[in-house]
Amino acid sequence: MLRYIYGTDLHTCPALRDAMFRDRADQFKTRLGWEVSVDATGAERDRYDDLNPLYVIWEEPDGSHGGSMRFLPTTGPVMVNDHFGHLTGGVPIASPRIWECTRFCLSRGAGSHVAAALMLGGGEIMQNFDVDHFVGVFDARMVRIYRMIGSSPEVLGSQGTGRSQISVGLWQFDPDAKAAVAQRAGLSAELSRQWFDRSFGGARAQNLARTG
Amino acid sequence: MTLNAQMETILERLERSDTLEILQEVIEEFAKVFGVNHMIYHWVDSAGDQYGCGTYSDDWRTRYLEQNYLRIDPVVIGCYQRFHPVDWRRLDWSSKAARAFQAEASEYGVGNQGFTVPIRGPNGQFALFTVSHSCDDATWDTFTETHRRSLILIAHAFNQKALEFEPDRLPEQARNLSPREIDSITLLAMGYSRAQVAETLSISEHTLRVYIESARFKLGAMNTTHAVARAMSRGLIVV
Repeated sequence: MLRYIYGTDLHTCPALRDAMFRDRADQFKTRLGWEVSVDATGAERDRYDDLNPLYVIWEEPDGSHGGSMRFLPTTGPVMVNDHFGHLTGGVPIASPRIWECTRFCLSRGAGSHVAAALMLGGGEIMQNFDVDHFVGVFDARMVRIYRMIGSSPEVLGSQGTGRSQISVGLWQFDPDAKAAVAQRAGLSAELSRQWFDRSFGGARAQNLARTG
Repeated sequence: MTLNAQMETILERLERSDTLEILQEVIEEFAKVFGVNHMIYHWVDSAGDQYGCGTYSDDWRTRYLEQNYLRIDPVVIGCYQRFHPVDWRRLDWSSKAARAFQAEASEYGVGNQGFTVPIRGPNGQFALFTVSHSCDDATWDTFTETHRRSLILIAHAFNQKALEFEPDRLPEQARNLSPREIDSITLLAMGYSRAQVAETLSISEHTLRVYIESARFKLGAMNTTHAVARAMSRGLIVV
């Protein structure tokens, strides 16, 4: 299931949290060879994890980590502005309607439905919180994955060539694309909505609780 | 006057305001044009000092502080350290203390419905912008569906202003447009279509949209037209 968890609440699910940071080390350091720092416990964390971001996590039926990504509003410190400003024409991207999405991570052996489910979670955020765009940094190997799940970004700028090409990309919300992504994830819109409500409090459930 | 035109007028006033007293007048005007019982903007600056303006009664403010309701207010608990907008119905009102608090708030005129936009600024600055009203669920659904985007925008316009009040802040720091943003807005002001602007600047229309959106936010404008007008009136662009 999809879970939406702020950094300050990660302690409520320690096993899932630790698995996420371990899987990130596996993906970004071991497999992609990025220069990220991995601590003694095998967790990959950076300074943005300390800013209490919102994580969207795919939890497998057995409780393990299937994949995840991390969101921060561009009105505060974000990677695209702090490190990749030269790829966006020197324009710091700052708007409550644009959030940054980073550390898109899939655990080893995660099926393609996991990537699609995460994208669906992104769609829920856009639709429910009035976010028009996500901006993010990705490398050449992600291009194929994004295409596969039907959610290719618009490239704002790139550096390097071939496999080591790094780009800043932009995703926008499109209800048609959402339906296609849901289909690839093998999930219904209703179920996705239910998971969203479970994380953020469901209006209807709350009213029932209040009358009880 | 349309709601949009009224909002633009009040946003202009907010932009020019330089005291808490004017912020207070501005928020009262906003509450009036949206036809809601209450609107509140409360912020904590990077030094940890608290400020606020809004339409709650003095009695309720005094009572709230006396009782230190920050500890049990579900809106504060549910929005602190968050950055997504929150409908009060999604908050946890189930505890006995929260229910008693809600009943008392209602006696002081706080609405049964609410929508709060938490904002995280730089260096630990943070704020809550709240709209509250008394009405049934269906009415509130319609109101929030219609105005959610505008309310988020107003919340951030207040916060941009609050950041100007920050101690040690460099003047005009956040409001300067980058050369790319100036180019985009200037060409729009000259009557170019988005496609023409994108072509002239050799960028995609998506990229252009991001430049325009970041310029709109920096200018505290409601939409592209308003952003162009503001950039011109401030002499940021010359056409």
